[in-house]
Amino acid sequence: MIAFFSRWASLPAFYRRAGRWIPWLWAVAAGLLMAGTVGGLVLAPVDYQQGEAYRILFVHVPSAWMAMFVYMFMAGASASAFIWHVKLAEILARVSAPLGAAFTALALATGSLWGARMWNTWWVWDARLTSVLLLFFLYLGFMALQAAIEDRRRAARAGAVLALVGVVNIPIIHYSVEWWNTLHQGATVSKFDNPSMTWDMLWPLLTMALGFMVYFAAAVLVRARSEILERERHRRWVIDEVTR
Amino acid sequence: MSALAAFFAMGGYAPYVWGSYALAVIIFIYNAWAPLRRHARLRRAILADGRRASAATAAPTHRIHDENSP
Repeated sequence: MIAFFSRWASLPAFYRRAGRWIPWLWAVAAGLLMAGTVGGLVLAPVDYQQGEAYRILFVHVPSAWMAMFVYMFMAGASASAFIWHVKLAEILARVSAPLGAAFTALALATGSLWGARMWNTWWVWDARLTSVLLLFFLYLGFMALQAAIEDRRRAARAGAVLALVGVVNIPIIHYSVEWWNTLHQGATVSKFDNPSMTWDMLWPLLTMALGFMVYFAAAVLVRARSEILERERHRRWVIDEVTR
Repeated sequence: MSALAAFFAMGGYAPYVWGSYALAVIIFIYNAWAPLRRHARLRRAILADGRRASAATAAPTHRIHDENSP
């Protein structure tokens, strides 16, 4: 088990394996995102309450899901880096932060556009919006910490502490719409047995969400490969790999 | 209004709906393009380093060889 894991986490092997996967992941992500966009903008029926404006949902909801998923991914990688000193986990935590921040920014911006039309305000300090803004600052704080500490192994440990403390924010985001009276509407999909959404709207949303996920996988692997090259640039295998 | 014009009008919500999708496209393209560019630059820099290093190790042996030859 440990032998399997250490082989999987070996940087040269990971670098080569990721290099083979990335083109496929880009292709699958592009296909899913295009199908989801056509489904969301053209095929899904108009919402009887919100009209065409609800189509923002097909961007907003997947990016909000990813904002939380990437945080959990980053915190999980940070925990493995902290406990077992796995280099690959340090690298994955470090490179996923900017992507998580991008998804969070997209969720906030599209939510703002949606709110501007539906609530007649770009921003309100309600529980859901504020806790997501805090998530955005957690990502920025993690990135700033990584940038400020020269020694990458120490930066990973410091970042791990911040990431793990910040995990407490995730359930707050999730339950904020139930615990507090907010302007933000409640979940429509998480009740999978009986989602309050018709299949015509649900399939573009799920396709889009899957597209976001595969896109994240591709983007995080590209960034991880760069990070590996930078850390190992004076090793023999990197020079062989690049000159090959 | 034609079907196409109606589609672009988004029931009067065009700036909000298209704005959201445009933001998504910009963020997605940037986050794919920037890391790919960084990776390509890094590979080139390492390649240049490697050439410089091999030139540096090749030069002294050449000089030593010259000194020893009559």
